[in-house]
Amino acid sequence: MRDAIARFVPDGSSVALGCALEPAIPFSAGHELIRQRRRDLTLIGPISDILFDQLIGAGCVAKVVAAWVGNVSAGLAHCYRRAREQGIPRRIEVVDHSNFSIGLALLAGALGAPYIPTKTLLGSDICHTNPTLREATDPFSGERIVLVPAIRPNVTIVVAQRADADGNAQLWGPWGVSEEAALAANRVIVVADELVDGDVIGEDPNATLVPAPKASAVVIETGAAHPSPLQGRYRRDHEFFHEYHRGTRAMQGFDAWLSEWVTGVPDRAAYIAKLGARWTSLRDAPRV
Amino acid sequence: MVAQAAREICDGETVFVGMRLPLIAFVVAKRTHAPNAIGIFELGVMRDAPSRELLYTMGDPPNVAGARWCTRTVNVMGLLQRGEVAAGFIGGAEVDRFGNVNTSYIGDPSRPTVKLPGSGGGADIACLAQRLIVIMAHEKKRLRERVDYVTSPGYGDGGDWRARVGLPRGGPSVLITTLGVLRFDPGTKEAFLASYHPGSSVDECVSETGWALRVAPDVRETAAPSAAELNAIREYDPKGFWTNS
Repeated sequence: MRDAIARFVPDGSSVALGCALEPAIPFSAGHELIRQRRRDLTLIGPISDILFDQLIGAGCVAKVVAAWVGNVSAGLAHCYRRAREQGIPRRIEVVDHSNFSIGLALLAGALGAPYIPTKTLLGSDICHTNPTLREATDPFSGERIVLVPAIRPNVTIVVAQRADADGNAQLWGPWGVSEEAALAANRVIVVADELVDGDVIGEDPNATLVPAPKASAVVIETGAAHPSPLQGRYRRDHEFFHEYHRGTRAMQGFDAWLSEWVTGVPDRAAYIAKLGARWTSLRDAPRV
Repeated sequence: MVAQAAREICDGETVFVGMRLPLIAFVVAKRTHAPNAIGIFELGVMRDAPSRELLYTMGDPPNVAGARWCTRTVNVMGLLQRGEVAAGFIGGAEVDRFGNVNTSYIGDPSRPTVKLPGSGGGADIACLAQRLIVIMAHEKKRLRERVDYVTSPGYGDGGDWRARVGLPRGGPSVLITTLGVLRFDPGTKEAFLASYHPGSSVDECVSETGWALRVAPDVRETAAPSAAELNAIREYDPKGFWTNS
């Protein structure tokens, strides 16, 4: 992970993360970005649960392109609020989307298309505060439409249950906008729970989210998505999200949280070891 | 509130289930009057049976186990855009007399006093579902004459506004609050009080609303949750994580 982040995610990159929505969020990659003190990132994702909040609080982020930033089961995201309302630890720019419009933007990127027309967001103020969206008239029907221009992330990071050494990565469960985000990106970092032989991938090629030619790096790490779940591997650690919510209301609380779980931990293996029995209790997730 | 939300789902309908209370409303509807309803979750899940255990998010493994379809967000949003989804739920920080919902900014969006999480899929559901079910705590600061920011459009400034801005269908059919049930005038599209919950009153609903709330001539008390509805809620959320606040 250290090498993949160092090599493929320089300062100023646009990075798509958390594109399967609530599950399979690449928390370990986000934590490595924080440890390497990455700066001026643009974060792209529909909803990020608390990963975007952590990167914002750590000062890594200049811009957020998202439909929703918060703590899904606990409420508002404190670092996001501090940054947007008070410029702490720095001012950030926010480009508002809905889940559909950001999915269409990434799909346009994946297709090599300039934009995709839609009926969503007509009448929403998102059309006014997001300067990239444009209202237009459909040249065929004469009806009003919204044009959603393509988003092409520099890097997309995905978590999958398994991958082979070439980077063919398979994800079970809902994909959210992960497939579009991976295909739209210039580079993809695959973080897989398990390394398998290419023949195993070939037994179920419909489950492949990222094909090898799109993968720039493969990182094998157990528990990379914790506290979010990974179908068939581990459950969501609800209490971890709620503890984070309670603990990060003030900036000092966030700093303490960060040094305990991110900067004070060298890598994901040490993080999982620190979770201890809590980690083992999560490992009975229902299989698909 | 949850029981009333469940009653808004008709049997056999395909509904977009949102986060939080709608997760429970779908379960209650399935276990009582709407056993054939189908739930769609915006991360790309369709299921015809409620999950076996309490969900904290729609992406929890129990919501995927036993699902009938796991797919991409744009596919389920495509069903919505095609008009094939009967109803969708959203909550929010504030709503106005024409059912416009704000989940984005309190104050001026360029210098907000509060930055709220944003749309998620809420704006898409509000724009594209055949009807929208809005759930909100009933407080004067939340039910406002005009919201600061329209994340999820209701009826705009009323009348035929949705058609004028090019929306293909839809709009809120109901606003369910902690105090009562508000419905929308078919002509003006303004919200009015249709019923007040047991323990509340017309006066309380009116005084906790930030505009001059009209009251239906036949306003009545909301039907109390039935034994079956209460059972479904308590069985699914025994510790009251979602339903005790």
